Amino acid sequence: MSLLSNTTALLGKELRTEFRSRELLMTTVIFILIVMVLFSFTFDPSSAESRRFGAGLLWLAFLFAASLMLQPCFLREQTNDTLSALRLSVSDPFAILLAKLAANTLFLLVTELLMLPVFSILYNVPVAKIFGQLLLVFFLGSFGVSIAGTALSAISAQARMRELLLPLLLLPLLTPILVVSTEVTAGLLDAEPFVRWKGVGFLATFDVVFLTALWLFGEYLLEE
Amino acid sequence: MSSPDPAGIRFAQIDKRYGGLFALRGVSLDVAEGEALALAGRNGSGKTTLLRIAARLVRPSAGTVRFTWNGDVDCANPRVGFVAHATMVYDELTAEENLLLFARLQGIEAPEKLVKNLLREVGLGERGGSLVRTFSRGMRQRVAIARALLQRPQILLLDEPGTGLDPEGVAWLAETLRALRDDGCTLLMSLHGESEIAALATRAVRLDAGAVVADTRDGADIRSVMAFAGS
Repeated sequence: MSLLSNTTALLGKELRTEFRSRELLMTTVIFILIVMVLFSFTFDPSSAESRRFGAGLLWLAFLFAASLMLQPCFLREQTNDTLSALRLSVSDPFAILLAKLAANTLFLLVTELLMLPVFSILYNVPVAKIFGQLLLVFFLGSFGVSIAGTALSAISAQARMRELLLPLLLLPLLTPILVVSTEVTAGLLDAEPFVRWKGVGFLATFDVVFLTALWLFGEYLLEE
Repeated sequence: MSSPDPAGIRFAQIDKRYGGLFALRGVSLDVAEGEALALAGRNGSGKTTLLRIAARLVRPSAGTVRFTWNGDVDCANPRVGFVAHATMVYDELTAEENLLLFARLQGIEAPEKLVKNLLREVGLGERGGSLVRTFSRGMRQRVAIARALLQRPQILLLDEPGTGLDPEGVAWLAETLRALRDDGCTLLMSLHGESEIAALATRAVRLDAGAVVADTRDGADIRSVMAFAGS
């Protein structure tokens, strides 16, 4: 019960501080927008090419944007040593990670959903009919990215060269998510859309395994 | 703001190493229930590390920390408040939002009234709705102190608590700590030199290079222990 109430209180704090400053959301949305526009202008893809390569472009943009978004996740807590205050206050330190994870997933998902119509217009790929399935893939992919990203952000925040360390650790670790999410999304963007359920299953399994690992070892990530 | 169940701390043979560097070496120290103990020592002598170990924020490399309660060792979870060198509050939240957040995390039910009272007690009754980032250092320190007092601590750890406070603020803090001490709250505070806050100490210990080198319990004069700290 205290895990749930602590997580809810901390998630409220994460949302309040972000929607007050809008730093993360603005930066990430602008970054993805720039990537999409540049690719569109550079390659000027046809509709068929967009259906084939659009999914890869989307997920690469999401992944790089996530590494930007996840960087300040724990760095923000160092400014006034607020992480120590949180550790002193919560009964289960997993609540701190869980709240960060929920906030990161939500921010990433909001960014992706904001960018989806832009992608659809720029690359001439209709997405309205497959929105539900895309939402599922975006959620599973973003959740996996956020679990690994939150854990690595906690580690890198305490290290030297922290700005470089997170992308260096995060991007290789998330290769399976990138490949599978791209495959599943490509199936949905096809002229005859279909769901690769095997891929969806893989994403769900990845999320469960990494979430369990975070639950088991998360406490050590927060120690000084 | 009474603290009816005073608790104490027992440090036994505490070592703390960071790589090859010893921050603490074999520190054994009993802080009695209701005692006001001042830790003195130069920068880097290990005061902050000892306080963070007492707060269970840092795990010692060797040795044990135990809490006592009514003479019994191993009081599992005493209420510990910590005022660190950093403010430990969020700049992007208001003073009231900060206190409400930490109160909820600590499981305090319906904390709104308590938070309002605390803000008034620390002299921020009118500024509770302002973002902390608009505050001066001294005002932030007052929010930090209010945060540490939320759960009526049995043990209050203070790391140079006068930081950023003007003379009026130091006098207010000394008065607040005096009231807590008189109510039985155990105080363990790291201080630099003599001050109104140091005058509250019932005992002083000097650390040097991570080891206890003087203790008024062993006959050292409290003023000389504290005076040495600033030199």
